[in-house]
Amino acid sequence: MILFVVCSGLSFVLGVLRVPNIAHGSLYMIGAFSAYSITKLVTGPAGFWLALILAPLVVALVSLVAERALFCHLYQREHLMLLLFTFALSLILGDLVKIVWGAEYKSIMAPEVFNGSVSLLGASIPRYNFFLLLVGPLVAVALWLFTNKTKMGKIARAAAVDREMVGAVGINVSWVFAFAFVLGCFLAGLGGALVAPTVSITLGMDHNLIIEAFLIVTIGGLGNMWGAMVGSLIFGLTQAFGVLFWPQFAIVFPYMAVVIVLIWRPTGMLKSVW
Amino acid sequence: MQRSSLNLNVLWPWALILVLLILFPFLLPRFYTYILAVIFVTALLAMSLNIVVGHGGLFQFHHGVFYGVGAYAFALLLMKTGLPMWLCFIVSPFIAAAVGFVIGWFCVRLTSLYFAMLQISLGSLIWAIAFRWYDLTHGDDGLHGVPIPDWISSTTGSYYFILLFVVLCLIGMYIIHRSPFGTTMQAIRDNPARCSAVGINVKRHQLTAIVIATFFAGVAGVLFVVLEHSVFPDLLFWVLSLEIFIMCLLGGWFTFAGPILGAAITVALRTFVGIYTEYWTLILGVLLILLIFFLPEGVMGFIGDKLVSRKR
Repeated sequence: MILFVVCSGLSFVLGVLRVPNIAHGSLYMIGAFSAYSITKLVTGPAGFWLALILAPLVVALVSLVAERALFCHLYQREHLMLLLFTFALSLILGDLVKIVWGAEYKSIMAPEVFNGSVSLLGASIPRYNFFLLLVGPLVAVALWLFTNKTKMGKIARAAAVDREMVGAVGINVSWVFAFAFVLGCFLAGLGGALVAPTVSITLGMDHNLIIEAFLIVTIGGLGNMWGAMVGSLIFGLTQAFGVLFWPQFAIVFPYMAVVIVLIWRPTGMLKSVW
Repeated sequence: MQRSSLNLNVLWPWALILVLLILFPFLLPRFYTYILAVIFVTALLAMSLNIVVGHGGLFQFHHGVFYGVGAYAFALLLMKTGLPMWLCFIVSPFIAAAVGFVIGWFCVRLTSLYFAMLQISLGSLIWAIAFRWYDLTHGDDGLHGVPIPDWISSTTGSYYFILLFVVLCLIGMYIIHRSPFGTTMQAIRDNPARCSAVGINVKRHQLTAIVIATFFAGVAGVLFVVLEHSVFPDLLFWVLSLEIFIMCLLGGWFTFAGPILGAAITVALRTFVGIYTEYWTLILGVLLILLIFFLPEGVMGFIGDKLVSRKR
């Protein structure tokens, strides 16, 4: 489900801006690291909740600066250049994280509310994972409501289809794009903050995540939010399956699933906006 | 074109550079010899990628895999089978090319970003297997102490060995680049629809290009083992693939020799900036952004433009 939160952000940026954002993984990492810092500053359970809100905002701020300073000049360039640009951005952000937080492993504790486990349909699930299971769909519904029911979301979708026309009716497209980019990055930060209590927070986490996120978004259908959900489910389930039956090669299974999907339906499970 | 009449003039600087490179181990300390050898291997790798990307227009995003496969094949053959060295040396690039054929066979059915994604997922599959198969590959520890014969295991010995093969490969690539096949590839890059309309089998050409490129990547992988005596799964990881991609872009991806320059710049940056600060990727990132803003054709393309305008 964390995969879904991150991927929905990536998919949103892909759908609206047509930018394959490699720096997404770095933003996710920044989210996790800033969640760590916030829980260090504010101890107790309040710190965790504060981190869940503030860490994504920190990430959103970083992405806003990057977008306004550099990115917004490049939208007209070809995809390859944008891709390399975001890779350069991820290199820079990765080193900035190293400068700010250092190279050591970090970890944070989930608040005590989440100790213990819930039994659901006979299986017992740790409470924190249960909480994540709830957050995922919540984000999905919120994002769906935003893109389909609010004016801003409608403008963003329109700008994705025909940039010039939207500009012609007097809307500042540049800011719409900035907003969409920041929203996508906010979701990356949220994913990072959510994942923080379950893993050790390290420097390599961006590289591992982003490639998975890209594959998920592709098998789901580029730019399609529900596709991101389907893709996350396929990826997560095959991985869980692998752990159950052949733990040594567990990480091989999701890649296998992705290969099969891409050969069978190259444009993804659901409709792609590209 | 008018290139043939210029041939002698073009050849002279290259011959001079070659002589200099042969003399270098006598003039420079061992460390620099080693760095130069690293540059050669990386340059060959970047050049092999450029066959597909620059001249073929395909988004070969996971080229590092073939490099890694070549390296792993060579190391494993030497360690486990006891075949003579030269046989392993010949077989390993073919193994890389075979993997390239299989992956390419699936990938050429798709276009642009989907091509890239399928390739990344297939490549990651290989990475995941190498990463987890402890009995064969020792997982993330990698294989160390690969038995390389004495006469090429010293720094100078491996330097000359690598120089020889890189030069041979570059000549081979140049011939391919100039051949009807190479020209056809560039035509396909510029307009695939028209090429298929005049009766060129686009997919087969692309597949052939991929196999050739992966073969050379395999050679680069073998040379890497000759130099380092070890392999590890990072060779198969996608970050390396993107780095090679950047080298092509940095040097100029529509030019023939651009990737060499890109590889040299990247390796030099990593080595010499790495001495002063551990944040060399930060500098690489900044450099890359400057490049995207100001020199979209790469360094070599930029120099080429300047030369052309001066001649006019």
